[in-house]
Amino acid sequence: MLPSHPPAAGRRAVAAPPWRAAAALALALGLHGAALASPASDIAELKKALAAMKANYDQRITALETQLHATQDALAQARAAGPAAAAPATATAAASAPDTTLAASPAAPPPDALAAVAPPPPVDTSAAAPTGAATAGANAFNPQISLILSGQYAHTSQDPASARITGFALPPGAETGVGSRGFSLSESELALAANIDPWLAGNINLSISGDNSIEAEEAYITTTSLPDGLVLKAGRFFSGIGYLNSQHSHTWDFVDNPLAYQAMLGTQYGDDGLQLHWLAPTDQFLEFGLEAGRGRSFPGDDGSRNAAGMAAFTFHTGGDIGDSHSWRAGLSWLQADADGQALSDVARDGGPVDTTFSGRTRVWIADGVWKWAPHGNATRTYFKLQGEWLQSRRSGDLAVGEGIAAPYRAIQSGGYVQGVWQFLPLWRVGLRTERLDPGHANYGLNADVLAGTDYHPTKNSLMVDFNPSEFSRFRLQLAQDRSRQGAIDHQVLLQYQTSLGAHGAHSY
Amino acid sequence: MTLRLLSIAAALAAALASPAHAAVKVLACEPEWGALATELGGELVDVAVATSAMQDPHQVQAKPSLIARARNADLVACTGAELEVGWLPVLLQQSGNPKVQPGQPGNFAAADFVRKLDVPARVDRAQGDVHPSGNPHIQTDPRNIALVATALGARLAQVDPAHAAQYQQRTQAFSQKWQANLARWAQQAAPLKGVAIAAHHKAYTYMEDWLGLQEVAVLEPKPGVEPSASHLEEVLATLKARPAKLVVYSAYQDPKPDEWLSQAAHIPAVKLPFTVGGTDGAKDLTGLFDDTLARLLAASKP
Repeated sequence: MLPSHPPAAGRRAVAAPPWRAAAALALALGLHGAALASPASDIAELKKALAAMKANYDQRITALETQLHATQDALAQARAAGPAAAAPATATAAASAPDTTLAASPAAPPPDALAAVAPPPPVDTSAAAPTGAATAGANAFNPQISLILSGQYAHTSQDPASARITGFALPPGAETGVGSRGFSLSESELALAANIDPWLAGNINLSISGDNSIEAEEAYITTTSLPDGLVLKAGRFFSGIGYLNSQHSHTWDFVDNPLAYQAMLGTQYGDDGLQLHWLAPTDQFLEFGLEAGRGRSFPGDDGSRNAAGMAAFTFHTGGDIGDSHSWRAGLSWLQADADGQALSDVARDGGPVDTTFSGRTRVWIADGVWKWAPHGNATRTYFKLQGEWLQSRRSGDLAVGEGIAAPYRAIQSGGYVQGVWQFLPLWRVGLRTERLDPGHANYGLNADVLAGTDYHPTKNSLMVDFNPSEFSRFRLQLAQDRSRQGAIDHQVLLQYQTSLGAHGAHSY
Repeated sequence: MTLRLLSIAAALAAALASPAHAAVKVLACEPEWGALATELGGELVDVAVATSAMQDPHQVQAKPSLIARARNADLVACTGAELEVGWLPVLLQQSGNPKVQPGQPGNFAAADFVRKLDVPARVDRAQGDVHPSGNPHIQTDPRNIALVATALGARLAQVDPAHAAQYQQRTQAFSQKWQANLARWAQQAAPLKGVAIAAHHKAYTYMEDWLGLQEVAVLEPKPGVEPSASHLEEVLATLKARPAKLVVYSAYQDPKPDEWLSQAAHIPAVKLPFTVGGTDGAKDLTGLFDDTLARLLAASKP
């Protein structure tokens, strides 16, 4: 065991050498900061700096004045030219003709003229025309709007309505399987985002499902101004646990989320609460997250309580290896409470049975992703390998039907590994393999009604997608789903995904 | 245990003794702005570059290493004009660094300081990946570099006021050198005036404007859309009517369409560095234009 040392910091440093390095680094950085803050206390130096600042401002004012004159001249010219000058903007649909835009703005001096420019005053302000003339009016403050339109066709050998993951009791109506057979709307999304003020930004994602329901997937405010790598988020958001959890469905590489997510996180864990992220001031990416929330959805339940029903901790690190490889790995932990959570289970005799769970669930997630692209240029070809492993421990009381609650413990786990390869520009192929372990459940007094299972659900999926542009994708996914004992589901899924409006930026 | 305490003390001492060299940390989105920040900041800046000349600056990911760099940056120097729209917003948001958020002095967009070309009359994705504020590839015209240098020099002085005088000095020195370069390049490039060229991507609008080149065809059917076989045939037909002397592509692009056109139209395909590091000759900003001109001149010789 670890030797015990009196100073706590020293003990931690001994137990985990990286901490020592981190502490030393933090200290070093802090001291660097202090050094930075104490300027050369020489008055002459200060005077020099002030004089330089003054000179600098004078120069900038002169530059601005010149620019102003140039703009005024250009305006006067445009007015003199009258409607003829205003016309090209609307008349020419040919965006490829640079001549029209050139004509509309003051021309840059020809090379010969430049050769004659006297060296010292460097500012060639005549070419610096006004930039990005902001649209006037109240609409200028409208948030960025982006819309994801998506739809699918599903052909399955088993009825998705009866989809179930053997060995994993989920709330009735939990999202498992591929949704509905035939043609359907997949998750279409409307997102609005904007800065609120100099300190906050806001974001909302509304998801429209095939059954005409609209759900606020995310609706949060986030800070943009906290110091020291801190970001605080409040509202409804996808938890930062794992790799896939915080990603919206249109960024997934397969049509559906992995079985492990369906079985242990209710497809994707979102909650109402607070999230604090801290990025360490190191060159190595070290990101820590803390979350507290309501515990709104499975494995929690929407109970009435003042205390937080969910707590989570996330850690991620990552970096580059050479210029062609990059990676990210992480470890997360989520705890959610449930009080009277209704579950659909299977009895010893194979028939359905309703149970009620009250207790705590703890989920550990290990995640990793590695990406390769020649010289980091993913335009032509790239490869992405990702995997996650989840372990869920439930402990509390379980009641069968209207019966009395009896102590219950279960440890379940599962994960997936997937690879996606862009073998040609626009074309990608992906393979995913998944496996779940129902583990061992201790049903206590209910052992005469409920029994565990030895069945290990598995699933293999193959996908091919074609991306005509950065904004559209057509995907074919074939899957052999053995998540339900004794009923292999052969799935053929066709899907389109498109992105309209503001150009969304995606996380790694 | 004594050993451990000693090692901690040593680490502390090392931290204390480290020189108070408070270099301004600059994260440049593209190599040209990294090179420019180095020219203007010298020893005063510690420059990291997010992308290389082998990468398409439109298509970069907010990877962990970049997030870590953005976290510690005092200044993020990018092109702007929506060039980095697919990754920079996420990078800045995840960085948790208030200094480099849009609107702050630590957020520098080079395209704000130059006159932009190819500003679309109509913004519609049916036209491909168009940039509403105009063509973002401003670094292909060295006159733009001069404008951005002045602005970046002033910005460095603003972010690091303690060394304002040095930045101003270095900026002036760079500008003088650059004016001399411009004069030299203008002379060298005289034979290129009016030369017709075809381009892989609309990446050289500013260079064409500078040198007076005539762009008669673009290989990409729409900006950001890969050249298709049928479109290449159309380009070839266009070139029959309006012959080009050469076809240019950037170091990071797949040269196959250009090579095909080169053979079919019997014109040289010229690889241009596009940015610092794109070719062996483009070691710095001066080299970038020296090499670009040398390649264009060599290929356009009758």
